[in-house]
Amino acid sequence: MSLDIVVPVILTVISAATPLLLAGIGELVAERAGVLNLGIEGMMLVGAVAAFAVAHVTGNYMLAILVAAMAGALLALIFGVLTLTLVSNQVATGLALTLFGIGLSALAGAGFVGSPIAPLPKLEIPGLSELPFIGPILFHQDVLVYLSVALTLGVIWFLKRTRAGMILRACGDSDVSAHSIGYDVIRIRYLAVLFGGVTSGLAGAYLSLAYTPMWVENMTAGRGWIALGLVVFSSWRPLRLLGGAYLFGGVTILQLYVQGMGGIGVPAQVLSMLPYIATIVVLTIISAGPWRGRLDAPACLGKPFRPAT
Amino acid sequence: MSLHLRRRSFVLGSAATGLGLAAGVRPVFSADAPLKVGFVYVGPATDNGWSYRHDVARKEVEAAFPGKVTTSFVENVPEGPDAERVIRQLASSGHGLIFTTSFGFMNPTLKVAKAFPKVKFEHATGYQTTPNVAVYNARFYEGRTVIGTIAGMMSKSGTIGYLGSFPIPEVVMGINAFTLAAQKINPNIKTKVVWVNSWHDPGKEADAAKTLIDQGCDILSQHTDSAAPLQVAEQRGVHGFGQAADQSAFAPKGQLTAIVDNWGPYYIERVKAVLDGTWKTHNIWHGLKEGMVSIAPYGPDVPEDVKAAAEKVKADIAAGTRHPFEGPIKDQKGQVRIPEGKHATDEELLKMDWYVEGVQA
Repeated sequence: MSLDIVVPVILTVISAATPLLLAGIGELVAERAGVLNLGIEGMMLVGAVAAFAVAHVTGNYMLAILVAAMAGALLALIFGVLTLTLVSNQVATGLALTLFGIGLSALAGAGFVGSPIAPLPKLEIPGLSELPFIGPILFHQDVLVYLSVALTLGVIWFLKRTRAGMILRACGDSDVSAHSIGYDVIRIRYLAVLFGGVTSGLAGAYLSLAYTPMWVENMTAGRGWIALGLVVFSSWRPLRLLGGAYLFGGVTILQLYVQGMGGIGVPAQVLSMLPYIATIVVLTIISAGPWRGRLDAPACLGKPFRPAT
Repeated sequence: MSLHLRRRSFVLGSAATGLGLAAGVRPVFSADAPLKVGFVYVGPATDNGWSYRHDVARKEVEAAFPGKVTTSFVENVPEGPDAERVIRQLASSGHGLIFTTSFGFMNPTLKVAKAFPKVKFEHATGYQTTPNVAVYNARFYEGRTVIGTIAGMMSKSGTIGYLGSFPIPEVVMGINAFTLAAQKINPNIKTKVVWVNSWHDPGKEADAAKTLIDQGCDILSQHTDSAAPLQVAEQRGVHGFGQAADQSAFAPKGQLTAIVDNWGPYYIERVKAVLDGTWKTHNIWHGLKEGMVSIAPYGPDVPEDVKAAAEKVKADIAAGTRHPFEGPIKDQKGQVRIPEGKHATDEELLKMDWYVEGVQA
């Protein structure tokens, strides 16, 4: 592969990985706090339709992104009320949230099908954007791509280096202990779930503004579920999530590329499985290697918490 | 008057009661009441593609028989057992004619039709008929011969990208018809096929389109549903063709033309037959000649000579003087599949599982 082919391939990989990373990082934080939210797909779709509607009507992309984040958070709030305040089953509620999001976004977006918008503008950094090779890759992306990486780094710092991050992890690992030393587990979990809603909304906005600037029903096409899988793959570590999202995006694009080159004598269906196989293989290696024992899920993941009164 | 049954909302709203469809549909007992015509769609009526084109035809039916016909539709019906309940519900609520518009509705349609011998059924793209189930399909490959001609004349790189959904005969015959037509103009044309393994995944379709353009394709053709590949083509300054509906809104310059499904005239004819009492079962496969397949207006980048050539191909196919699969046709291994002087039969087309020379799939 010559250099002028490598650059566009990497750009395609970045656009494939960004929505997975955005949706995944929020879910990771929610799960670290002990809440399993299976509604990512629904929150993404609602974010996508909200972003598209605002961008289409006002032409203001920053506002569109903001509204998408709020729309995602609103859905997450519903989830929070149901699972945290009313202590309903997280798995069932999350699935219902996905169904609800699919239906709601289809209803809200019916009037926008078939009307295109201009893609989310890329940020030009004078001098740097024109650099060969690294210019287009590092310094000529849209704001959501930068945000996805910045959020990941922020979450690493937050979980590892801050007191608040430690408290959040405590809620996920032992809700009873966190509660007994005086932390408001429910409030912390609410915040974590809302953060998940915000980033899922952003992931949806990336789909409908940048990836494919259009609105069509169900345009996430299962990316919410892949993001969910990547959180497990990452063993709840943000840096591994970043790697996982780019690995998955990379292998997806690579298999399309190999098909276009005439294939390697392998049926297209097998090539389509590659991203999934690659993820499983890496997961197996991680869990079998010297890092064993570090795959543990947050101990209280998915378990309802009812503070003793 | 139309009745819009939003399947998703009743799944959510009445999950406990199973099928909430009956809420809006009442049986008709009076003989001179309007004929109720039902439509079952596999996707959303607003998908801007396959189901959308059926819905456009439904509206044409309403407009053609004011006061005599009412229509209702159920969208987003998954192919499988769920479809049977939806079709049964339509049949038992007084619909006299029901169009089931996806291949996977075949068995449910046949099953329900057996239980409702007085109701007429029309099943799209299937192959099994009974006294009250007719089947109809469109020769989309004829449209692909027209766009293949345009691609052959306009491609500078000689490499054309083709986004496939699944390698089924319908898609395979499209790829072959397209490539043969392009090669008739330029024998060195190569068609690169990338399988997306989905009918509808805008993101992945866009990725596949980018990949094909990066590999030197200057024209894209697609057998997937979204306008995403055209949007990519527009951004990258190359060209493509719309699928099922005119998608020029997404690529004002990028779309050269589109193959447009045009079900309206057929639906009107069949509704009229039911009203007149002359409806009979049949198995038809209509194309450019009957107008079931049509070609959208040409984009601004299509030169006059290319337009003229495309129109000629269209006219020749409609007149029967040209067949999209005229022998000799060799497959990828160089083996002659259709001998000189013959053309592929309908049966051969419906079973097609091989690619012509020059296809890289």
